[in-house]
Parts: sequence; structure tokens; C-alpha cells
Amino acid sequence: MSPSREAAEVVIELSGVRKVYRTGSIEFEALRGVDLDIRRGEYVAIMGPSGSGKSTLMNVLGCLDVVTSGTYRLAGSDVGDLDEAELARIRNREIGFVFQGFNLLPGLSAWRNVELPLIYAGVPKDERRERAAVALERVGLGDKLDNRPGELSGGQQQRVAVARALVGEPTMILADEPTGNLDSVSTVDVLNLFEELHAAGRTIVLITHESEVAEHAERVVRVRDGLIQTSEAVAA
Amino acid sequence: MNWTETLHTAWSAVRSHALRSLLTVLGILIGIAAVILTVGLGLGTQKDVASQIDSLGSNLLIVSPGSSTDSSGMRGGFGTATTLTLADAEALGSETSAPDIAAVAPEKTTSLALEANDTNWTTSVTGTTASWVDVRARELEVGSFFDEEDVASAARVVVLGSETATELFGRTNVVGQTVEIDGTPFEVVGVLASAGSDSSSNLDDIAVAPISTVANVLVGGTSASSVSTIYLQAASADQLAAAYQEAQAVLLNLHGITDADSADFSISSQEALVETATSIYQTLTILLTGIAALSLLVGGIGVMNIMLVSVTERTREIGLRKALGAPPWAIRRQFLTEAAILGLGGGILGALLGALGTLVLPALIGSSVVLSGAAVAGALGVSIAIGIVFGVYPATRAARLAPIDALRTE
Ligand SMILES: Nc1ncnc2c1ncn2[C@@H]1O[C@H](COP(=O)(O)OP(=O)(O)OP(=O)(O)O)[C@@H](O)[C@H]1O
Ligand SMILES: [Mg+2]
Repeated sequence: MSPSREAAEVVIELSGVRKVYRTGSIEFEALRGVDLDIRRGEYVAIMGPSGSGKSTLMNVLGCLDVVTSGTYRLAGSDVGDLDEAELARIRNREIGFVFQGFNLLPGLSAWRNVELPLIYAGVPKDERRERAAVALERVGLGDKLDNRPGELSGGQQQRVAVARALVGEPTMILADEPTGNLDSVSTVDVLNLFEELHAAGRTIVLITHESEVAEHAERVVRVRDGLIQTSEAVAA
Repeated sequence: MNWTETLHTAWSAVRSHALRSLLTVLGILIGIAAVILTVGLGLGTQKDVASQIDSLGSNLLIVSPGSSTDSSGMRGGFGTATTLTLADAEALGSETSAPDIAAVAPEKTTSLALEANDTNWTTSVTGTTASWVDVRARELEVGSFFDEEDVASAARVVVLGSETATELFGRTNVVGQTVEIDGTPFEVVGVLASAGSDSSSNLDDIAVAPISTVANVLVGGTSASSVSTIYLQAASADQLAAAYQEAQAVLLNLHGITDADSADFSISSQEALVETATSIYQTLTILLTGIAALSLLVGGIGVMNIMLVSVTERTREIGLRKALGAPPWAIRRQFLTEAAILGLGGGILGALLGALGTLVLPALIGSSVVLSGAAVAGALGVSIAIGIVFGVYPATRAARLAPIDALRTE
């Protein structure tokens, strides 16, 4: 948006990242040497065929999974050197993660699901409920606070997951197909929301299959067979 | 994550599987109930023994006729042998040969009919000396006990037990009244305060008269000088052993017996009573302690088992919470709290069962069982501790789960 962003520091820095999954004696290399830099405040879309390693990459970025080799530097520090408590703090404060499969707790109402990150941030209960309600309103679910996931449609559940990623006001939003289950109207709503967050200076990384969605980003990274194929700015 | 939050989450987890949780804590429940009953039984036995000792008097030695080898306790040989005499009692009262014996009260007991105002009542008539009232630790409700002079002069006076007085006169305020014992008129000089009954006799249905009067007027003949029991009171608890030695020496000497093993009398102390009382208690205690230890162990393993199930069931939830920023300690605390709640739940239910047992058990075993607040509090502490100890492994396992692996499990 502003030219100064070009000069913003690199917040995500992957170099030579490989990820090997072992299933019994079979090894599968899902990431085969990924180099990727993302600057603070950037809005990046990741695209690629199914099974190309997008989710694997996202899990690494979200500090949910460890790399087999290579380094991941987040805001200057090597994630491989951090202990569990520090990782927990980063997941809690710095990253808002939208999972491909939502991952809502079925026993908890919508707002209870959304408040979860705030619990571990030590936010007092009244404030948690208020902030959860605001986040749910932002995704258009202000009237579903007390519904459990089972009482919500797939698209609504996905929006609850988005609200949960927003509620802690993290500096980075990592969203794995956040619009995969949404109709065109909801998709536009969620994309507008990301636009707003982007404008407010948040770093946004989202995975998508749809090029209309990717067009909203500043840059599109294409992944194929565990490697980055291209990384190009989106024409304004 | 604060404590209210942790407790709330743990409680809902326990409650969401109410039946499973209940079955899980069954072992702890039984163990804690057994602990409470064990302690209750111990305290109850102590209480029983204390009150039994109280009913006899303190620092007592009881000399009974008959051989000590037929050691069926304090009543050994009672009524079968008449080897104890008034002379024995007098010798035991000697300052020089038995300095540690403070008081001597021989008892000569016989069952006789009493009559007052055409009312008949048969009771045990005890002839004794003036020190009896102190040695047996009795109190007077009205009037006074007879004194040395009454004994010396073989006065026809009697002190009645409160129940005896009530049976004969319908009231206890009967000092100055006359009662005929076996046809001989006696003046009532006092009435004893109620002392209940001990294991072998009703302490309130009794007529006590000077031993000289009972020997000469009521019994007479060859058995006039024999006594049924001699109660000895040591000057203090520390002198009890010395008093025992002295009494034995005096009596062996008097009876011309050299070998203590062939003595024609036996001396027992309150310790003997305590031993009989504690022997039942010890058997039950061993049994209950065994049940308690086994149940608590089984209960602890049950908690561990169900916590491992719980961790497995909630692997995805744990993964998600970690992905959203839950630090390992928060997860560990969560599961430890859940285990502690299970333990405490079992403890509370066990305490209730134990409390119920303290009400029911006395009727079954004829011994008091005391519900002790300290035991209940201790038991609850133990049950929480068991929950925590057996919860450590499952909780640590949960805390160590890698978020993404946990999220992937179905
Ligand atoms: N835990 C795992 N164990 C073994 N192989 C795995 C595991 N997770 C992913 N893979 C494999 O790694 C590859 C990349 O998976 P990933 O989930 O990253 O794909 P994706 O690009 O997100 O696909 P989609 O667009 O369908 O979500 C796939 O071939 C997948 O089978
Ligand atoms: Mg994926």
C-alpha cells in the first residue's frame, strides 16, 4: 500500500527448509528445500495443487511443526532454538491460525471457542467474553455466540475459526483455506476483513485454491511438489 | 489460565462422564471409608477402655482368689476358691511391707434379698472398708459413705446403689430409712451416684455395708473371713509396678507359698483390661488397614487409567489448545486438577460412607467407633494426593504432546 512497506523488515525467513514425514518405513518429503521471505505487514497468498505441501508449509510458519532441516527465523530468532514455553507464547500472541479443518471444540459454544487464545493470554473473563463477541460480530456471527459448532453450518464454523484467529490481535494471521467453505458473499466479507487487518499493518498469509481470492493479496507464492515455483507481486 | 478457569474446565470434564468418574473413584471411596473406620475404631476403643478404667477407679490392682495360671482375666477363679481373707487385706494395708499401696478395699460379695416397706429386691451385697468409695472412684448422690468406726463396730449401716434405692423406695433420697437385709434391719446412710455398668456388672444395683457386718451378721460360719476380691490402689501410676511386687510378696509370704507360679491368687492390673480391649481392635485394624491400602492403591491406578483414557480421548483438544498458545504447564495443571478432583470426589464419598459406618458399626461389633474430624480432613488430603500422584504421568504425557501430531489424530 505505502512505499515504506518495501523497506519493512523481514519477519518470516525460511532457508532450505525440508520436511520429511515418516509413515512406518516409508519416508515422504513434503517440503524439499523451501526459501521464503515475508516482510512485516505483507499480504501473501500461497497457491498450489492439492498435496503440494501448502499446509505443511503453513504449519511450519505457525510454529506447530518442526522442520527436518533448514532454518526458520521468526522476527529474527531461530524457531528451532526456542523452548516449548516460548513457542507457546509466540503461538498465543504473535500468530492467529485458521486451520484447514476449523478445529473447533465441539463441546464449547461459539464464543467459548473464540475466547480460547485469550484464556492463555491471561485476559480476565469479562473482557474475554466482550472481545470474543466483537470478533464474532466482525465475521457476521453476532447472533450465534451461544451456538455450539454442531449447531452451525460449515461456513459459519469456518468464520468462528477466523474470529478465533483475530481475537488475540496477533501480528500475523496464517489462514489455511479460510474461504474454502464459504459462499461468495461470505468470502467477500472475510476477504474484506483481511483487507482491514492488512491495512492496520498485520502480516497475512493465506492458502487458497481460488485465484479471485489470491488477487486480494500483494504477492502470490506458488508451491509445487514441496518447492516454491514462483513468487510474484500481484498487479495492482 | 487462572485457577477458577482450570477448576471449572476440570470439573466439567469430570462431570461430562459422571458414571465413568464415579466408577473410577470407587477404589478411593472404599479406601477412605476404611481409613475413617480404622481411626474411628481406634479412638472408640480408647474411649471404651478409658471409661471402663474410670468405672473401676485409677491406679488399681485387682487381687482375685484362684491360680494365676487359669488366667481368664480379673475374674479368674471368682466364686470357686476362697483363698483370700480379711487378714490378707489387712496385711496389704501395712505401711511397712507395702509402702506403695495407698489404699486397700476388700470386697465380700454375696447375693441377698432386701426388703423395705414390703418391697422385695435381690441384689449383690458387698461388704468392704471405708476406703472402697475412693478406691472404686465412686461418688455419693446423697448422704455419706460409712467410716472406719462403722467397720470397727460392725455397724448395721448400708449405702445403696441408685437403682437399688429406686427399686426399693421409688426414689433415691432415702437417707435415714431402714432396709432389711436377709431379715436384719440396716440404716441407709447414703446413696451412690450412678456409674452405669461395666462389662460384667451393673454398678448401680448394689448394696454396700461394712465388711465386718457382712461377715459376721449376714454370712457367718466358716466363710466369714473370706473375701471375693481385694482392690488395691497404688499411690501413683508410677508406683503401680512396685505395688504389684509388694502385694505379691506379702500374699505369698502370708500363704506360705515359695513359688510364685503356684500362687493361689492372681493379681491383674488395668493393663490386662486394656489388652483384651485392644486385641479386638488390633485384629480389625489390621484388616481395615489392609483394605484401605489395597483400595487406595487400586483407586489410584483407576484414576491413572481413566486419566490416560481422558488424555487419549482429548488428544485433539490438547493439540488445539497448545496450537492456540497453551503452555505445557497449563495443560499439565489442567489434567492434574482433573485427577485431584477425582481423588477428592472419591474422598468425600468415602468420608460419607465412613461416617455412615461409624453409626452402623458399633451395633455390629459392640465397640464404640468415633468419627474424628482430623481423620476426615486427613483422609480428604490423602485422596487429593492420590489423585495428583497418579495423575502426574497422564498429565505429563498430555503436556508433552506435539501440537500438530495431536491435531492430526482422529
Ligand atoms: N502427517 C503426515 N504423514 C505423512 N505424510 C503427510 C502427512 N501430512 C501430509 N503428508 C503428505 O505431505 C504432502 C503435503 O501435504 P499437505 O497437507 O501439505 O498438502 P496441501 O498442499 O495442503 O494439500 P491440500 O490443498 O489438499 O490441503 C501430501 O502428499 C501428504 O500426503
Ligand atoms: Mg492443505
